[in-house]
Amino acid sequence: MMRLLNLFRRHKTFSHGGIHPLEYKERTAGLAIRRLPFAPRIVVPLAQHKGAPAVPLVTVGQQVVRGEPIAGADGHVSVPMHAPATGRIAAIDLWPTAEGPKAPAIVIEVSQAANQAVLYDEPVDVLALSPEEIVQAVKDAGLVGLGGAAFPSHVKLAAPPDKPIRTLLINGCECEPYLTCDHRVMLEKTDALLHGIRIVMHATGADRALIGVEDNKMDAVRAIADKLPDDGPISVHAVEAKYPQGAEKMLIESLLGEQIPEGGLPLDLGVAVYNVGTLAQMGELLPLGRGLIERVVTVSGPAVVHPGNYLVPIGTPVGFLLQQVGADAAANEVILGGPMMGMTVASLDVPVTKGVSGIVVYAAGDADQQPRTVYPCIKCSRCVEVCPMHLNPSMLGQLAQKREYGRMEHEHHLSQCFECGCCAYVCPSNIPLTQYFRIAKAINRETPTVAV
Amino acid sequence: MSSLQFVGVAVAFMSALGVVLASILVVANRWLFVLEDPRIDDVEDLLPKANCGACGTPGCRPFAEKLVKGEVDPGLCTVNSKDTNQIIANFLGVQLGTHEKRVARLACAGGAHVAYIRASYAGLGSCRGASLVAGGGKGCAWGCLGMGDCATVCTFDAIHMDRHGLPVVDADKCTACGDCVDVCPKDLFEIHPVSHRLWVACRNREFGDAAEAQCEVICTACERCAVDSPEGLITIRNNLAVIDYGKNRLASKVAIERCPTGAIVWREPDESVIKGRDARKIIRKTALPVG
Repeated sequence: MMRLLNLFRRHKTFSHGGIHPLEYKERTAGLAIRRLPFAPRIVVPLAQHKGAPAVPLVTVGQQVVRGEPIAGADGHVSVPMHAPATGRIAAIDLWPTAEGPKAPAIVIEVSQAANQAVLYDEPVDVLALSPEEIVQAVKDAGLVGLGGAAFPSHVKLAAPPDKPIRTLLINGCECEPYLTCDHRVMLEKTDALLHGIRIVMHATGADRALIGVEDNKMDAVRAIADKLPDDGPISVHAVEAKYPQGAEKMLIESLLGEQIPEGGLPLDLGVAVYNVGTLAQMGELLPLGRGLIERVVTVSGPAVVHPGNYLVPIGTPVGFLLQQVGADAAANEVILGGPMMGMTVASLDVPVTKGVSGIVVYAAGDADQQPRTVYPCIKCSRCVEVCPMHLNPSMLGQLAQKREYGRMEHEHHLSQCFECGCCAYVCPSNIPLTQYFRIAKAINRETPTVAV
Repeated sequence: MSSLQFVGVAVAFMSALGVVLASILVVANRWLFVLEDPRIDDVEDLLPKANCGACGTPGCRPFAEKLVKGEVDPGLCTVNSKDTNQIIANFLGVQLGTHEKRVARLACAGGAHVAYIRASYAGLGSCRGASLVAGGGKGCAWGCLGMGDCATVCTFDAIHMDRHGLPVVDADKCTACGDCVDVCPKDLFEIHPVSHRLWVACRNREFGDAAEAQCEVICTACERCAVDSPEGLITIRNNLAVIDYGKNRLASKVAIERCPTGAIVWREPDESVIKGRDARKIIRKTALPVG
């Protein structure tokens, strides 16, 4: 029956599961990207990407200019950092992170007298460079996946020769509620985005690029389609607005009709997936030879007085940002990223990092903040219906309660779960399934040889 | 054939089958017989069957095998009473063996009355779960979250949460099996012999005022303990006093006397805690406010 209904759907989507949470995007979707004042202190964590932390190139007390490299990459899977503001290095010290443990960060005291111009330009014709040179340029720019994963972009560009990238997918789904930064980037930075796509196609040798946009952003689809020739290698596709459409595996299934084998990578299908924000920054920064020093962040949520899409220097403390948008007094829960997969922060000193796409703030009285009683599983199987990875969250949850973490992995494919939160969202018993799975994964990571 | 004949054939066939299978079993029993020391079963019966692993073997049966082979002393079992271990020693005709009592110790003293909570956590009541949500909301990112994963996992009922939300190890019941060491998401438990009298009950890696803003019993890396102690006994590493237990015989109460926060303490043989003379007196009984 569901298959039959799919025939009548207008736009492509993935085959199983998914939910339709209220979007709350209307408050910020129409607001143009704008800047805010610089924070008096900017904190650049050395590990804000997946992989090895960057190595500081500066010393305490040194003056830095906006755009100057302040930390170098440590190895292949690592990226450099650039000074997000002109100022003085106040400290290189431990600082709170969104994940919890304190980690080393470079603290810059922003110079109030500086005009904050970026003086580190090395203009270059990117499309004339060789693929290797582009990979190096992307690494030097400090680019990581801006959709939230913060995986170094150049690593995905340098595909091994036996697995060439044939198809490029550009992820403009933005399926998380509240977030509209990618939407605004697609509307306002369309040219930079298309240039970024051409750079990646040139670097990887991919012969086609598909931009996937959820069908609640048809204005973005039209804005991009207007600038594309009809029969070019780049095409834009509307996909159904359904969470988690923006997950890499879901988008590949929606657009290409193929599933990544368990434990595999998109590369196994000859596919690489990039976020629109990443490619827009790439298209903007690479021709200028600049580094990534700011990103668009949606600040929204019931407790925010002035929600919007703000161009924020990397390293701006969340507390300062909330002051600027008038959310500091009412804030009860502050989430970096979207409400479905984002991370709640425990300290407002946590800085905005490269992977933060939004900040959602709830006030104490919001419906979402009320305590919920957890009841036993009633085996209603709603979680099974919504799991996009075809898992059995109910069974996994019951095993987690018995601390059978090994069985969860070996018999029920726990590692396939990417923690989208659909199961916990629909659970009528309020069982925090996703949290159970995160605990189980953390424990399985600590003990690699789990007993079966 | 009549029905009687049917029954006769069936009975004959089943009897023949039984004889054949029984003879196979008899032969197999002779051929595949493994001589096992009967004492292993006897010794195993005397062991607690907790299978805790504190002795270093996977369980009580392998420990009994090693005992009978003479590879280990009965005294290694920390769960059994000394009397029962003595019975095993007498039975096997070996020495009891002297093994110093070891206990699990928590490297944190930041209960709710002294450690600041920056954000309150709502969700699964488990330390592991809380630690995955922004580290749990405690001001000190290294400190005990106080939700009692260790007390839950302890097989011997040796860990209880005190009124300030800190686990307290009952030294008498603790068998040093190490389950709490494995379960703590902040890695705060360590197994130590009771002769390790000096103990740093802190893991915070920050310095001075930054550290003290998080907890009143924190190690601020002031180095007084290191200066007062014999050379090399205590060093400051990553803004934390670290005791070199290789030089444990040099340890004395001098090290704790000038500690301003009482982060370094002296453990009595019964594991009770003695703080230094200069340690700040904590008279607050209630929890600190969140924020």
